[in-house]
Amino acid sequence: MAQKTVAGVNLEVTDDGYLADPSQWTEEIAKEIAKEENIELNDKHFEVITFIRENADSGLTIRKVGKSGIVDIKGFYDLFPGGPLKMSTKIAGIQKPTSCV
Amino acid sequence: MKKILILGAGTGGTIMANKLRKSLDREEWDITIVDKHKTHYYQPGFLFIPFGIYNKQDVIKPKADFIPAGVKIIYNDIDRIVPEENKVLLEGGKVLNYDFLIVATGTKVDPTETPGLKDELWQKEIFDFYTVEGAVALREFFETWQGGRLVMNIAELPFKCPVAPLEFVFLADEYFTKAGIRDKVDIIYVTPLPGAFTKPKSTKMLGELLNEKNITVIPDFYLESVDNKEKKIKSYDGQEIPFDVLAIVPVNKGDDMIERSGMGDDLNFIPTDKHTLRSEKHENIFVLGDASNIPTSKAGSVVHFAADVLFDNIQCAIKGRELRAKFDGHANCYIETGFGKGSLIDFNYETEPLPGTYPLPGIGPFGLLQNTKMNHYGKIIFRWIYWHILLKGKELPIENEMTMAGKKR
Repeated sequence: MAQKTVAGVNLEVTDDGYLADPSQWTEEIAKEIAKEENIELNDKHFEVITFIRENADSGLTIRKVGKSGIVDIKGFYDLFPGGPLKMSTKIAGIQKPTSCV
Repeated sequence: MKKILILGAGTGGTIMANKLRKSLDREEWDITIVDKHKTHYYQPGFLFIPFGIYNKQDVIKPKADFIPAGVKIIYNDIDRIVPEENKVLLEGGKVLNYDFLIVATGTKVDPTETPGLKDELWQKEIFDFYTVEGAVALREFFETWQGGRLVMNIAELPFKCPVAPLEFVFLADEYFTKAGIRDKVDIIYVTPLPGAFTKPKSTKMLGELLNEKNITVIPDFYLESVDNKEKKIKSYDGQEIPFDVLAIVPVNKGDDMIERSGMGDDLNFIPTDKHTLRSEKHENIFVLGDASNIPTSKAGSVVHFAADVLFDNIQCAIKGRELRAKFDGHANCYIETGFGKGSLIDFNYETEPLPGTYPLPGIGPFGLLQNTKMNHYGKIIFRWIYWHILLKGKELPIENEMTMAGKKR
């Protein structure tokens, strides 16, 4: 675990930059983390992030976000290019999703 | 007479039928098991069919051979579960009541979930090897194939037997080497995972092995569609990979009956307590194996370990006690790596696959995350163990709970 100051708040983060404590998350922190990933957050991003935070404990998958009614899978990729689930969970301040084997 | 009803006579359902019949009083408990198929498939054997190592006959036996006397077996399609009324409706109108229900209907591949997958090239140049039909068709294709791009792709997570596609490319490497055309075959492993496997140590070991065997890995590829005209697979973020032959793990889903019952998640897997194996919604329904959404491998070894826990918890539930057995997510997978060798991984919810020896610390005879001949023999002998010991619910000399003894971090 490392310490990191994001948006003026001192946070504990995992080795790959995920918040250790999801309750510390704020919208300001989300914007800062997104900036590091070269993403400027808009309302659509926040709708997805809200869905992700609400469903954090239910085994999130790209497919599930695609069925959320907020974005389809292609739209999810457009919002968070590259690895949409990895990136959106990081910005949403929840744990990195573990792909079970 | 009180009733236990088991849905699905695959690995999990069959093991439970055997264990429960031995322990429960026949005067007191009626045990019934329902399955639509009369044939039991040894699914770990499907992998060997495309390479001519096993035949169809090597992997099938009648289900009835493994159901003990005193358990009623019904061969019928299941329409739905009505959990509020403690009953199951069968196709054709028959109704089965239960006091306790065990759902063990597994997972299946559904190629229709991906546009273009089950299209004109299906079973001509696109094959799955999770069905006996697909595996046999692929063998016929390989027998006369002259070489080109062999692409192995996984469509979605989770999927049954997560090591199988790795084994497939390792065995393909051996098969085409022995056929004398390995220099004409490009083997490409395309996965939605960020690497060869999920956890760091096994990904490193398996990634190095793939590299050594000249197998290309393309990670982070999430399949959107298959183009039959141009023979390409396409991802949601616009990557395109051409193939001459495509081996695919299609999207895995739970049984359609789960959907009709309104009991599943978006892939028809039943939300299940990962430790007690009880349905999150219904006190008298338990879920065993691939049909559940517990975060471990969908694999026979998991079902086998979980069956011990479920057995204990059903005894508790029958007596109205708190469920005391806790499943740890234990999985144990042999990985065929080609040329008569194999690897082995052993892990659970908390502990990633680590190097070491198994099952005896320091002795083995099997090597964890090592590539040895002995591991390959383990896999070969396992088919006998499966038919003769495991399905019948007899004791194997290994613990259902994972142990750190013999493992090195």
